[in-house]
Amino acid sequence: MSTTTHFVGDTAALTGRSLRHISRSMDTIVTTAIMPVAIMLLFVYVLGGAIDTGSTPYVNYLLPGVLLITIASGVAYTAYRLFLDLQSGILERFQSMPIARSSMLWAHVLTSLAANLVSLVIVVGVALLMGFRSSAGVGAWLGVAGMLVLFTLALTWMAVIAGLSAKTVDGASAFSYPLIFLPFVSSAFAPTESMPGPVRWFAENQPVTSIVDTIRNLFAQQPVSSDLWTALAWTLGLLVVAYAVATTTYRRRTA
Amino acid sequence: MTTHAPAIRVAALAKSYKGLQVLRGVDFDVARGSIFALLGSNGAGKTTIVRILSTLLAADAGTAAVNGFDVSTQAPEVRESISLTGQFAAVDEVLSGRENLALVARLRHLKDPGGIADDLLRRFALTDAGARKAATYSGGMRRRLDIAMSLIGHPPVIFLDEPTTGLDPEARLEVWRAIRQLAAQGTTVLLTTQYLDEAEQLADRIAVLHDGRIIADGTLADLRKLLPPARIEYVEKQPTLEDVFLAIIGGGSAGAAADRSTRKES
Repeated sequence: MSTTTHFVGDTAALTGRSLRHISRSMDTIVTTAIMPVAIMLLFVYVLGGAIDTGSTPYVNYLLPGVLLITIASGVAYTAYRLFLDLQSGILERFQSMPIARSSMLWAHVLTSLAANLVSLVIVVGVALLMGFRSSAGVGAWLGVAGMLVLFTLALTWMAVIAGLSAKTVDGASAFSYPLIFLPFVSSAFAPTESMPGPVRWFAENQPVTSIVDTIRNLFAQQPVSSDLWTALAWTLGLLVVAYAVATTTYRRRTA
Repeated sequence: MTTHAPAIRVAALAKSYKGLQVLRGVDFDVARGSIFALLGSNGAGKTTIVRILSTLLAADAGTAAVNGFDVSTQAPEVRESISLTGQFAAVDEVLSGRENLALVARLRHLKDPGGIADDLLRRFALTDAGARKAATYSGGMRRRLDIAMSLIGHPPVIFLDEPTTGLDPEARLEVWRAIRQLAAQGTTVLLTTQYLDEAEQLADRIAVLHDGRIIADGTLADLRKLLPPARIEYVEKQPTLEDVFLAIIGGGSAGAAADRSTRKES
């Protein structure tokens, strides 16, 4: 009996397990959504008036960046849960059983995807209450969803690396802090033209800007231009590298 | 693989961690259906042996076979044959006892996981606690759940790594009962322990692991022969604190306590 034939069933069983962890501690989803919502309130009602975004309402302008911050803070929980599985010995128990070994990681990844989608829906809901409007049709919304799913997958596999190699619980989630900070030095909150030279150069060439611009243009029914390809190259590239490093780390840890 | 082949065969097993030699050539056989105790102090390498036998760790040298399958070249077949109960009861604290059992049944690809879970909850006297989160269980209940999880799918070989470490005396007796039940059904049990009385009470065969080597291996009677024959001395037998504790809490263990005092007199 080959273990590979069990991959789907094993992944389903283990995903069911970690989804229960989330549904029994909904606070993890709420806390994931609270910070982005707070940032959104702060920027729209306090700072946004001073930022010139032309004819675009500021809430429309900043929502894409806030969505990326939501994902960056959400994946920290994946690293945290994986670290706990490793520490408690439950991972070893599963690995001494005749199951597809990679199903353990995929279960955490799929759970991260589900949890982040719920958080994103909450944040978009609050944005709608704050006056966010989009003329985007079904196709554009699907494009936005696809972009966010890719970004979540890339960051989640990075979280897997952190969870597998962390020494302490705090260390497991600390990797997400720079990721949460990255949108602030991008086109997410203010046009990059307003930034001084080196900062502007960094902002225009880091992955978040192209992803934010792509999502913003999709929402605004504007052509996505070359931003889309830059964004796809960044996210797919990050995804492939993170996946490769994560699976190698996993194999080494469980040799 | 013949039925007479040992359930576990370990030969010249060696392992070091960063230059520190933990195992320096370990050899032993475990007969089918027996309880084998690996006795040793903390850090003697007991857990390392269990991790190698359960395919979680690769040995540096030597061979190990479980149920006739080599642990390094036939790992999937070994995993089909074994069950591991770790030193720190690895149960999912967020799930209920019943969900923990059903999850393992599902991962062992068995039909009717719910039915299997209910049956085990009954056998291990956990039915009333079945719907509660495992985080709320006492140490003894957790360990019982942990052992129940290892029985799912009837693996022929079970590894119990320090199954009673950290348990109170009553819970310890409960776990012993569960282990005896297992062996009665024909399961081979490899047990590691640092408690001498545990090995004495449960094991058909005892191996002493010291400094990365097996320095003694045999039945309790064999090991006794290593020392000069007993002299008869008359000693006033005071009940031990454990005897008193168990008697006054009345946990159905008076028999075991009496059992122990008679043995000590011999």
